[in-house]
Amino acid sequence: MIQLGTERVKRGMAEMQKGGVIMDVINAEQAKIAEAAGAVAVMALERVPSDIRKAGGVARMADPRIVEEVLNAVTIPVMAKARIGHIVEARVLESMGVDYIDESEVLTPADEEFHLLKSDYTVPFVCGCRDLGEAARRIGEGASMLRTKGEPGTGNIVEAVRHIRKVNAQVRRVVGMSTDELMTEAKNLGAPFELLLEIKKLGRLPVVNFAAGGVATPADAALMMELGADGVFVGSGIFKSENPEKFARAIVEATTHYKDYKLIAEISKELGTPMKGIEISSLAASERMQERGW
Amino acid sequence: MVKIGVLALQGAVREHFQQLNMLGCDAVAVKTVEDLKGIHGLILPGGESTTMRKLLDRYCLLEPIQMLEKQGLPMFGTCAGLILLAKEVVGYDEPHLGVMDVLVERNSFGRQIDSFEVKLPIPEIGGDIPAVFIRAPHIVKVGENVEVLALHEDRIVLARDRHLLGCSFHPELTEDVRILQYFVNMVHESTKTSLAKLHTI
Repeated sequence: MIQLGTERVKRGMAEMQKGGVIMDVINAEQAKIAEAAGAVAVMALERVPSDIRKAGGVARMADPRIVEEVLNAVTIPVMAKARIGHIVEARVLESMGVDYIDESEVLTPADEEFHLLKSDYTVPFVCGCRDLGEAARRIGEGASMLRTKGEPGTGNIVEAVRHIRKVNAQVRRVVGMSTDELMTEAKNLGAPFELLLEIKKLGRLPVVNFAAGGVATPADAALMMELGADGVFVGSGIFKSENPEKFARAIVEATTHYKDYKLIAEISKELGTPMKGIEISSLAASERMQERGW
Repeated sequence: MVKIGVLALQGAVREHFQQLNMLGCDAVAVKTVEDLKGIHGLILPGGESTTMRKLLDRYCLLEPIQMLEKQGLPMFGTCAGLILLAKEVVGYDEPHLGVMDVLVERNSFGRQIDSFEVKLPIPEIGGDIPAVFIRAPHIVKVGENVEVLALHEDRIVLARDRHLLGCSFHPELTEDVRILQYFVNMVHESTKTSLAKLHTI
């Protein structure tokens, strides 16, 4: 008896991506550059996050033609973003055969109260988180993979660092707690109790957790790995840099060999200018994508 | 105790470590040529074969691994690892390691939404073996000395070519260690029979 879309099949797909870099692309040409550089997957978008910031207005699922173009261009997995709570965008992407859906705060939320019930879908989902409560709620809804949110489209790593540190510190805390303390911790975090039990038993999150939102250089990517990320999403950091091919390759290498500092020095030489960053404090609260979702 | 290397460039490395530890093997992460020294077997894990290939090239691991294969070092490839081992890959002019006498096709069960799990009877190993297929490849045809160990829907999904074992699916994502035990037995056999106990590179 064949079983499709089981938890093992959906989470397993993310396990295969570990140690890798997932790159945002907006067309077939960029997708091919990403694949050639060694990306483990690409995220098909209409605009990268920094351009979404510039454009303003409502950011929605990409034109299906772009998604289709990227699906046809590469053999590595293709992910695409749906708005938070947008059941139909997610179903449309699933029907197109996208390999993973990102229920993403980079797009304008369609529902400010409810996230998608991701366990209902055959396609696996990745979701953003800033702390363990948010991570556990998304897993509870059926997310098969997590990524810390950071602050997308800024090229500023500070928020990504904050979030990966927070999640991992909270995981360590749960692992170290006695079982009779976990219900209170569940209440405080707003996390499902059973998930905290599972985290304590495993000694880690039950799904893969990548870092995202602000990675702009090979050293940034290596820093995320150093802080315990399973892999890295790079959005605007590659195709908004001066030399996308070189940046893409260097970020992949730095992610694999994140403790080899001589190598990181070598591959970081004369890379050209990274994307121009944004100081987080200059963003108004309404411009902070990480505040979207709960 | 046998020491088994797991290629740790990218992919499901942790899962293989867990299973190796359950079987009482010493598991080492292979990221550089240096790490290949003194291992009795090598596992090529699941992941993205295109990514792993690029990293194999960049860290000059391809040739040393091929040399160890010539010396009879047992190797086990799961999913992407099978693609790396295969002598021929459909749609590619050149193979990756090109050591196992099989023709492999990538993503041959479809995209992620077609990924599935199933229980397979594997006469050599046991019944009801859980097999997780994720964007899985399959073995289109095998050379004459290759033993076909498992089929799913008439497609070859597990095969052995002398000291090389390759499968389409991911035994490492389950709690069932019987397939890995089969490989560890291959490693034990090889350490007994091989004159050069420590493979050299």
